[in-house]
Amino acid sequence: MNGFSHKDLLGMGQLSVKDIELILDTAESLKEISQREIKKVPVLRGKSVVVFFYEPSTRTKTSFEMAAKMLSADTISISSTGSSIEKGETLIDTAKNLQAMNPDLIVLRHSSSGAPHLLAKEIAASIINAGDGINEHPTQALLDLYTIREKKGKIKGLSVAIIGDIEHSRVARSDIIGLTKMGADVTISGPPTMIPLKADELGVKVVYNPAEAVKEKDVVIVLRIQLERQSKILFPSIREYSTWFGINKEIIKNAKADAIIMHPGPINRGVELAYDVADAPFSVILNQVTNGVAVRMALLYLLMGGTRGEGIN
Amino acid sequence: MRVLIKGGDVVDPLRETVEKLDIIVEDGKITGLFPSGGEAEKTGHETRIIDVSGRIVVPGLIDMHVHLREPGHEYKETISSGAMAGAAGGFTGLACMPNTEPPNDNSSVTEFILKQARKANILKVYPIAAITMGRKGEILTEFGDLRLAGAVGVSDDGSPVRNSQVMRRALEYARYHNLAVISHCEDTDLSAGGVMHEGSVSVRIGLSGIPSASEEVMVERDISLARLTNCPVHIAHISTAGSVEAIRRAKGDGVPVTAETAPHYFSLDHTAVIGYSTNAKMYPPLRTVEDVEAVKKGLAENVLDVIATDHAPHSPLEKQVEFDQAAFGIIGLETAVPLTLQLVKEGVLSLPEAVKKMTYTPASILGVGGGLLKEGMAADLAVIDPEKEYVLKEADIISRSKNSPFIGKKLKGRNILTMVEGHIVWSSESEYLNS
Repeated sequence: MNGFSHKDLLGMGQLSVKDIELILDTAESLKEISQREIKKVPVLRGKSVVVFFYEPSTRTKTSFEMAAKMLSADTISISSTGSSIEKGETLIDTAKNLQAMNPDLIVLRHSSSGAPHLLAKEIAASIINAGDGINEHPTQALLDLYTIREKKGKIKGLSVAIIGDIEHSRVARSDIIGLTKMGADVTISGPPTMIPLKADELGVKVVYNPAEAVKEKDVVIVLRIQLERQSKILFPSIREYSTWFGINKEIIKNAKADAIIMHPGPINRGVELAYDVADAPFSVILNQVTNGVAVRMALLYLLMGGTRGEGIN
Repeated sequence: MRVLIKGGDVVDPLRETVEKLDIIVEDGKITGLFPSGGEAEKTGHETRIIDVSGRIVVPGLIDMHVHLREPGHEYKETISSGAMAGAAGGFTGLACMPNTEPPNDNSSVTEFILKQARKANILKVYPIAAITMGRKGEILTEFGDLRLAGAVGVSDDGSPVRNSQVMRRALEYARYHNLAVISHCEDTDLSAGGVMHEGSVSVRIGLSGIPSASEEVMVERDISLARLTNCPVHIAHISTAGSVEAIRRAKGDGVPVTAETAPHYFSLDHTAVIGYSTNAKMYPPLRTVEDVEAVKKGLAENVLDVIATDHAPHSPLEKQVEFDQAAFGIIGLETAVPLTLQLVKEGVLSLPEAVKKMTYTPASILGVGGGLLKEGMAADLAVIDPEKEYVLKEADIISRSKNSPFIGKKLKGRNILTMVEGHIVWSSESEYLNS
């Protein structure tokens, strides 16, 4: 046993502070593997992982596949196009059929909140939620926590601003749960149409004006604006959004001098994030991506019952 | 055949009394009510005696808001299966909503429904026809023709009439034909995309919200139209404190508005959705604890006149799916009695008050008669064991669909016998079913 007692990772809510620390520590010891010349260790040899994406993704999907392969697990990728989902098979039926092939773990990305929870009830394989609807994206939150800890040396006591479409962001929800759990102070910001009515339930402060929201912050997380949501009357135009809520150098000046800026990607350059901010030295956006592989290696390892000493360290 | 229903605690919802009475039933009608143990037993005729001592006898329950799914969705429910589920729950009359396939927007569908009800021969079915053709909110259906065919009310349930002018005309025209107008209040723009109550739970579990205001703005609109036309309107399934308050004010002003709520709105709140349970998904959605309390208060103060189930059968095809893709609605016929008795136990309603909201009042609003146990009236009644405790099991559900959030829950109080026009159409106890 490795001290991680969960069958699935469905959301940040299920994790204790100890669990999160274990995941981050494990990721730290595994990160080095991805920097080696021979990027492979045999810890998950003979294990099979299905990477099952109902929604488009570059980063998360590639990250999971690389993580699994570096640990020597066999991976199979399925997307909704080109699979039986197009033929109208239900999620539960698809899952039961996959289960019949006895995989050890399924990574699921789905447009419906709660889809991985439904799956977890139905099948024996471990489930990792790789993003469900507007609910959660726990592996993104974990890689964000990892990146913050790596850059700041700690999480507890930090001030963090999250800016953008909080209401419809699974990244925001997972980040908020994870950050507050680890003792950070979280402020959310964005147009009132994108801030949940009951935001106080999440244990965060709401400051609509982004220049004020980033004031004295150690970390600024900028969320991707889903341009397709413009039809839902959440904001009048892209121009208006970037004028009033886009994060540029002027706004960032209000944050602490050593603040870091993060973004879960993909970036709409010039919309939620100005060009020069995305590429600035204080931007850790690409570190997040690198760390994503390590964090996912840690999760695969912990969930599939890997034991230490088989090629790690 | 003469039947003596002996020794029960008989509820009179109109006089608000509970008395130990013997009821004599002959040729499908009640021919006498006597103080228990007296006169009734002395008569010399051949009499079947049904001893219901210790049980409650109520007028047959009338559910003014159910979905029987036939024609069109017989895999979910049929008129026959829904009627049997109703009988099991103590109901002797069901008013069925028009969102069938095809919709009940013309007399031939109404006639078909009544034909199927006669064939099933279980209980009374009262068709509610559509307000507009195809339930599209544009052109009024032929109210006169529908009335003649047997419709007792009109509603575009589930697809509320958006156009206020159409709704105004519907209220005015329906009164001429003595049709109740039942309004499902939902601003569908405000609720679009929502799958549960917008509040402290939706924000935590990441589901899109349906604000209370989506119900309340339409309740206010319909009240305004009833005030304008002085024509009655009945508001379906009230779920929010704001709606209760709006109706309280309107009634105070003398506006001819009546309203119903469903047992789940006074039994469950939005935390039931946690875990993405699709059996806790319905429209309107389960609201907050404060709303539940307001609904109870509304019932106690008679702001809410009726308890109706909004029995909405759905198969696993619609329910064993992702939460946002699941159909709205739960079944309710077989759990209405225990859930309502819980209100009596809590002291929210007296027993006769609770019974009135499920018998006399809905019968009056629909204009179908009944809802009382009186000499000369049809012998439609239910016998309830108020002390019976049980855990609801899926296998015990009579309805063709099993989408109940109360499965696995402990319930207290159960209908044990249902009589329609002197015939025992359902009983949980075999002794009553013989002969």
